[in-house]
Amino acid sequence: MRRIIWLLFCREWRLAWRRPGDLLNPLVFFALVVSLFPLAVGPEPSMLRAMAPGVIWVAALLATLLSLDGLFRSDYEDGSLEQWVLSPHPLELMVLVKVLHHWMVSGLAMVLLAPLFGMMLALPASVLPVLVLTLLLGTPILSLLGAVGAALTVGLKSGGVLLALLILPLYIPVLILGTGAMDAALQGMPVIGFMLWLGCLAVLAITLAPFAIAAGLRIGVSE
Amino acid sequence: MKWTFFHKLGSPKWFYDISGRWLPWFAAASVLLLAVGSVWGLFFAPQDYQQGNSFRIIYIHVPAAFVAQSCYIMLAVAGVVSLVWRMKLADVALKCAAPIGAWMTFVALLTGAIWGKPTWGTYWVWDARLTSMLILLFLYFGVIALGQAISNRDTAAKATAVLAIVGTVNIPIIKYSVNWWNTLHQPATFKLTEKPAMPVEMWLPLLLMVLGFYALFTVSLFMRMRLEVLQREHKTRWVREALEKMS
Amino acid sequence: MYNGARLIRVFDVPEYSGRTPVNMSHPPRRSGVKVKPLPVELDGLACERDERELFASLSLRLEPGEVLQVAGPNGSGKTSLLRIMAGLLPPSAGDMRYGGNSVYHGAGREDWRRQRLYIGHAPAIKGALTAEENLAWLCALSSPVGTEQIWQALEQVGLRGFEDVPCHNLSAGQKRRVALARLYLEQHPVWILDEPFTAIDKAGVTALENHIMAHAQQGGMVIMTTHHGLDHLPGVRCLDLGQAN
Repeated sequence: MRRIIWLLFCREWRLAWRRPGDLLNPLVFFALVVSLFPLAVGPEPSMLRAMAPGVIWVAALLATLLSLDGLFRSDYEDGSLEQWVLSPHPLELMVLVKVLHHWMVSGLAMVLLAPLFGMMLALPASVLPVLVLTLLLGTPILSLLGAVGAALTVGLKSGGVLLALLILPLYIPVLILGTGAMDAALQGMPVIGFMLWLGCLAVLAITLAPFAIAAGLRIGVSE
Repeated sequence: MKWTFFHKLGSPKWFYDISGRWLPWFAAASVLLLAVGSVWGLFFAPQDYQQGNSFRIIYIHVPAAFVAQSCYIMLAVAGVVSLVWRMKLADVALKCAAPIGAWMTFVALLTGAIWGKPTWGTYWVWDARLTSMLILLFLYFGVIALGQAISNRDTAAKATAVLAIVGTVNIPIIKYSVNWWNTLHQPATFKLTEKPAMPVEMWLPLLLMVLGFYALFTVSLFMRMRLEVLQREHKTRWVREALEKMS
Repeated sequence: MYNGARLIRVFDVPEYSGRTPVNMSHPPRRSGVKVKPLPVELDGLACERDERELFASLSLRLEPGEVLQVAGPNGSGKTSLLRIMAGLLPPSAGDMRYGGNSVYHGAGREDWRRQRLYIGHAPAIKGALTAEENLAWLCALSSPVGTEQIWQALEQVGLRGFEDVPCHNLSAGQKRRVALARLYLEQHPVWILDEPFTAIDKAGVTALENHIMAHAQQGGMVIMTTHHGLDHLPGVRCLDLGQAN
């Protein structure tokens, strides 16, 4: 069991490493969306500061969603998923590894880049650790929930818009908690409550989402 | 696992017969309840001491919101039955209930907005309840869109079942987070419902309307399901016999 | 790993009845232990896709050592039958038994999961990975194999020297050969092959036919679809889905 997890991890690394463009695109998208807002509303620092939590979170949401659209599609089209489903190893575990790997190469990079954009949006330095921490807890939830949608739309040729329609409503609690924590930090209030809630949701997502993802993939493969 | 019992329970012919027998009763009940409830609520119930006559829209808004919410939970229940026991009738119920639920949500939103104009001075306020209903509408759109996007009927049914279950697990989280977001940003002064101690003359017609809406929901669900069952089973003998009897 | 009560036997070096496969420099090494398959029974199997009945009440019994060719015109449900047998698609009615136990629950499901190998239309080969990496991962999904064995298997299918080439540089036939190299690597006694000969040249087809027959002679079971005639092979059963309806 441990061996298959390790082998799957290596396989995913190799696949990601040999097509680095796919890794970079969501990050560039994230940067681009964040940069659009000062252009749209003006460079007034107080205005940017008020908007920064929302802008960064919405950009992270959309970038995650964009990167997830193709998560299972290539494995579906070349028949790899059939072999996964037929394998005696639990599919739930394999998809969890795959999604967590995907988060490590896309979500984690976003988390690490976020302070940079925070500064560009005039956030004070004291708030940046909170930004990183909320994103660190929140982006795995985004990846796992998005993967459910990616699994359900795996057999469809153009899943992108549909994926957004299915999954964005489910992202709302994470968005509220993430931006809530940022707002609280900006006003100098404690953020521990938000963090605990986000942690709670992350645990819930890691526990339950793999079952939904696996069910979605089994359905997609049986078509 | 013994599926025979469930298969019998979920057999389309059995459903068609039973629903045909129950349909007139539900239809009569919904007409009666809705007529009595609306006349009572609109003409005889006392005015609200703060909102005047505009509060009377709750006699449509609240029942629609009730049905919209329970309909989504019904989708999830149908989804579980469909995935676990592979009952075809649950697929039919899921597919047929989703648009009705979406319409109910839309009605609740619309009446909420209409009520908002005289009360808040604007059609849309980011009130917690209205925002939750808006998100519910998006969840319904998701289920309907996924069902229509997948061409294979059985695959579509299973995929929407999974989505409905995932959505239902998320609904409480969404609801609480939105409520809490709302109190954080702007404490609402007026609430459409939740009035302190509503007098009996006000809530009794509301109860009738709620029951009436549920009966109406059942009637429209049964009618849609019967049509869908006939379409799906159009090759079988009992459908041909049933159609001959009709014409 | 396998049920201890079942018959276990060591496979000998397979004897090829026809010509030797291309590029074969030394006889294949078989170190693995194989489980003898149990009889497979289809009981009233039916498949319905979008209200269209592909086949219904399909019953048959396959014994160890048999090769079954599923034939029929396009759209007659060959692939669907194979996918149902592999366990990818639930049948709309009927049951399938492996050694007397239903493959849909309990011990029958576990046995079937471990003992059948399915290679579908899509060969499950990743273009970005090399032939060796692809095979290492696909085999690891059931039981891991060593690099040495993979190289030998690739040699068997005539891909010597292509071990480290990313598969997107290979032709369609070569990709198919990489996928079929699993037949030389994995220890599953039951093979379910959907159009295995697609895009493969004549010499490759002959080698594969020999390999399939050798597998059957040793008690293995093969269920396959192909438009390629198998009449010249002795003892191949044919199920014609076009006539069955």
